[in-house]
Amino acid sequence: MSIDLQTVWFLLVGVLFAGYAVLDGFDLGVGGLHLFTRKDRDRRIFLNAIGPVWDGNEVWLVTGGGALFAAFPDVYATAFSGFYNAFMLLLFCLIFRAVSIEVRSKQPMAWWRKAWDVGFAVSSVLAALLIGVAMGNLAWGMPLAADHEFAGTFVGLLHPYALLVGVTTVALFLMHGSIFVVMKTEGELHDQVRSWIPKTMALFILCYVLTTGATWLVAPHMTETFRANPWLLILPVLNVLAIANVPREVTAGRDFRAFLSSCASMVLLLAIFGAGMYPNLIVSMPDPQHSLTIYNAASSPKTLGIMGIIALIGMPLVIGYTASIYWVFRGKVTLDKESY
Amino acid sequence: MDVEILARAQFAFTIAFHYIFPPLSIGLGVLLVVMEGLYLWTKRDLYLRMTKFWVRIFALIFAIGVASGIVMEFQFGTNWSTYSRFVGDVFGSALAAEGVFAFFLESGFLALMLFGWGRVRPGVHYLATIMVALGSHFSAVWIIVANSWQQTPAGHHLVGEGDAVRAEVLEFWAVVFNPSTIDRLTHTVFGAWQAGAWLVLSASAYYLLRKRHEDVARAAIPIALALALVASLGQLATGHSSAEVVAVHQPAKLAAMEAHYPESAPADLVLFGWVDEREERVIGVALPGMLSWLLHHDREVPVTGLQAFEPRDRPPVQIVFQAYHGMVAIGMALIGLCVAAAVLLPGGRLYRARAVLMAFVPAVVLPQLGNQMGWITAEVGRQPWIVYGLLRTEDAFSPVVSAGQVLWSLIMFGLIYALLFAVFLFLMNHKIQHGPEPPGGEETAGDPARGGHRA
Repeated sequence: MSIDLQTVWFLLVGVLFAGYAVLDGFDLGVGGLHLFTRKDRDRRIFLNAIGPVWDGNEVWLVTGGGALFAAFPDVYATAFSGFYNAFMLLLFCLIFRAVSIEVRSKQPMAWWRKAWDVGFAVSSVLAALLIGVAMGNLAWGMPLAADHEFAGTFVGLLHPYALLVGVTTVALFLMHGSIFVVMKTEGELHDQVRSWIPKTMALFILCYVLTTGATWLVAPHMTETFRANPWLLILPVLNVLAIANVPREVTAGRDFRAFLSSCASMVLLLAIFGAGMYPNLIVSMPDPQHSLTIYNAASSPKTLGIMGIIALIGMPLVIGYTASIYWVFRGKVTLDKESY
Repeated sequence: MDVEILARAQFAFTIAFHYIFPPLSIGLGVLLVVMEGLYLWTKRDLYLRMTKFWVRIFALIFAIGVASGIVMEFQFGTNWSTYSRFVGDVFGSALAAEGVFAFFLESGFLALMLFGWGRVRPGVHYLATIMVALGSHFSAVWIIVANSWQQTPAGHHLVGEGDAVRAEVLEFWAVVFNPSTIDRLTHTVFGAWQAGAWLVLSASAYYLLRKRHEDVARAAIPIALALALVASLGQLATGHSSAEVVAVHQPAKLAAMEAHYPESAPADLVLFGWVDEREERVIGVALPGMLSWLLHHDREVPVTGLQAFEPRDRPPVQIVFQAYHGMVAIGMALIGLCVAAAVLLPGGRLYRARAVLMAFVPAVVLPQLGNQMGWITAEVGRQPWIVYGLLRTEDAFSPVVSAGQVLWSLIMFGLIYALLFAVFLFLMNHKIQHGPEPPGGEETAGDPARGGHRA
């Protein structure tokens, strides 16, 4: 089987966004859980668990955006101008969140810290929700004109299916974040957060079932790939196994493996999403003939080839040193004077 | 107000704000490599304290740079969708390369540089510092490649017709090394080095005046001053070569920089002045024929003026003229300050020269202003084109985004960036007031007894 350059770039952009989901997913999740812990010290441990890595994690979004711009400029242009208000809100959340992390522990006053704690939590949850709503819209389809421009309204993007995917994303990040925190903490806090995992998992599984059901019912085009290639059903099967493995590892006290399992389930979820979308990048509804696909929205084969070389040289290096850096920062969080 | 003006205002505001930070990281990155290198070479605690202090400042600058940089990465799509469709094949590639080669390198190794003391061996930590500095320079390379292609497009061809026309890469290396890349890259990087060097000089002068952390301040000044001096002289040379490229490839921009109106006549070099755009003349002090001489080494050679262009093809003259002259004046002032300080440096007279130190403290804003004015010259001077000669700015914005939407987001950016800037100044002041740790206050890098590492 030969695959074309457009498909390679579909996969590469997918890898970048999967990297973003797995990495920023846990730190947005930690933000969502932040207010559930009460003690100042515990909140600082939450912040410092993501301290060395959160801005690096956001770089995956930036690079994913750049790759989308380079490989599928029409999608980049249509999606971000079409999602204008939602996307601006997401940017404001990410900026506000960065500020909250940076300044929260710089002053001792209780009101100061409480205010930034709320800012951190709200911006994290809202960012996760907006990312999910955007994905929900990509899956559901959005109104596109013949010239590939968005032809809908902002309010029209907030339909129940998109909101459901948004809530599912929040639940997914909360689950992922809680498993990450368990891995990074010890003692009382570790046990406390561990007791949250069944709750965050239950919430996610409920949302997951609802979203899967809703997709079968209202976005059947997302299931066509699976009907045509039944072997792809291995993805949801593996996904269910990865999710089921999390409580098993948590119970056995193998926190790192639980986290890896959670990462795997996020990658698989995105793979399912990607397989459902393929070869579409933005489904046009109600006029599917206006859909943006990896063929009509791609850059020239020459650019895709050049970019392929760049990715081939660059990405193994990136993945290599990112993994090494996470390795250096493995283990439990302790607070010192470089801490947030 | 219409969408185009609002979208331009938003882009200008967000990029101007963002551009406060990357030059600082680029310049400070170079200095950190020197400082930590001196520590590893001399093993003096002094250099370790200096390095750790400036690493903390670097981390703050970097965080604000990332937060404001995400906006830039997506604003082409949100507000300039027609532009994005037109240039994606060329411009997007440079942006993606920036992400792959630069951002990951910078942010990944920053974690190690900031939090990795005691977790990795000193040599590995130094490698991280070098990678961070390298990453910030790679970032400059790719973004300047992209921007220079907008100024002097090359290596592409146009494909499609009507609204669907777009630029596609024909020759990758011709895109990368388009006619203005090298001169603009070196000019920008020298500007960035000055921004970083003057931050260190300003804070160190402040410490000397207040008689605090004097050992670290005295040791930091020669390092930063050397970089500032090299960069300010390099700035002059690359500024000259940049102007020569502009003269050949963007004659309307050069004419606006000097407000040179006659269609074809020997051109003066205006030292300072005010452009009377209605009467098409400059009121000010000028050196007759000097622009001709600078470009062609002959005061009689004619230079293409603004009247050679249709009014609709001319950039706004007053803004470009004033920004350009402001930038040059600042560049000269910085050379003067550096040379004066370098003369006073032997024997340590500089550390007692209160007048010079007092000039150093506020001088931190000079490279910042110079960098901003340089960008205004480059970008406003490119108007009315978004891609020079190929696509007009008025044809490039997002057709589906309304003026109300952009106004809303512009106001929000105004508020959030005001908060972000207040936070930045507050934290920067906090860190500078705190200063480096006292002698013995920092553990030696690589000390295994240090806590925080449990596998």
